Amino acid sequence: MHELSIAMSIVDAALDESQRRGVQVSAVHLRLGALSGVVKDALLFSYEVACQDTPLQGSRLIVEDIPVVVFCPRCQEVRTLSSVQLFACPECGTPTMDVRQGKELEVFALEIEEEEEVQG
Amino acid sequence: MSEPRLVEVRRNVLKQNDVIARALREQFRAAGVFVVSLVSSPGSGKTMFLEKTLSQLQPHYRVAALVGDLATENDAVRLARSKAPVKQITTGTLCHLEAAMVQNALQEWDLHQLDFLFIENVGNLVCPSSYDLGENLRLVLMSVTEGEDKPLKYPTIFNSADVAVVTKNELAEAVEFDWNAARTSIQSVRPGMQIFRLSAKTGEGMEEYLAFLAQQLAEQRATTAQI
Repeated sequence: MHELSIAMSIVDAALDESQRRGVQVSAVHLRLGALSGVVKDALLFSYEVACQDTPLQGSRLIVEDIPVVVFCPRCQEVRTLSSVQLFACPECGTPTMDVRQGKELEVFALEIEEEEEVQG
Repeated sequence: MSEPRLVEVRRNVLKQNDVIARALREQFRAAGVFVVSLVSSPGSGKTMFLEKTLSQLQPHYRVAALVGDLATENDAVRLARSKAPVKQITTGTLCHLEAAMVQNALQEWDLHQLDFLFIENVGNLVCPSSYDLGENLRLVLMSVTEGEDKPLKYPTIFNSADVAVVTKNELAEAVEFDWNAARTSIQSVRPGMQIFRLSAKTGEGMEEYLAFLAQQLAEQRATTAQI
């Protein structure tokens, strides 16, 4: 279970970005590849823990699951795998290790609360 | 009043680890040392396998090992019997090694004095897959007693590894190990993966695997020399 340390890294990255921009974060959007080695449910739980006593407390973690996309050398096309248990083209069955997507573990975007400027 | 707005930031969460791993890989290349990391579930025979690897390589090569373990130093004590330099990284509650731990552990060692460095990860088939340690070769072990479908249960770690080693082959018959089924499941999650089937206990199959390591070292040095 390494999701807590991953969650803490996510919080660090989001805090760093929000402080540089001087904004309040309400949600963190994460791209999570099927090959990242991270369990989504454990991560969501860990995120809440990692946020405690930080300016991110109460913020949400929104996870976008990224499937594994490979390049099939026979079809000469990129294909989405339906399972990480079979690295083969779903159309023609040719085995392939040419992974084009699916290893992501990336803080993609921040949802921020924008304070309306007070005139005067 | 406030309204939510989306700001794109695109930050790799493991960037810090990846940066250190890249620096380590460069350091290993410059020193001419070939680095092999070992991942497996607990009880797959990793320490016995490493002990035999170290003692059989030692007459011909300068070898050393880093060993990750949660709490004890038992593995380091066992491996020290091979007379190779061995250092324990006690991870406490952490279930995997990170590049920074490897970097810290290596501080007192002169890598130029080594041909092979082995890094034994914590026994765990889930967490270590996310962390690059700067190794040249990641070796995943499974013993014949674990069942032929182990790779299908832990596809991510098998996919992230370069070579598979099936250990405890001396028990294969007793547990009715289905070699073809095991090979099929490994090839399913990691097409083209090279597989060694051996017994560290009897020595069966060790020669072929050690020759493979020697060849990897020679190839790495040939590439470095060309640059």
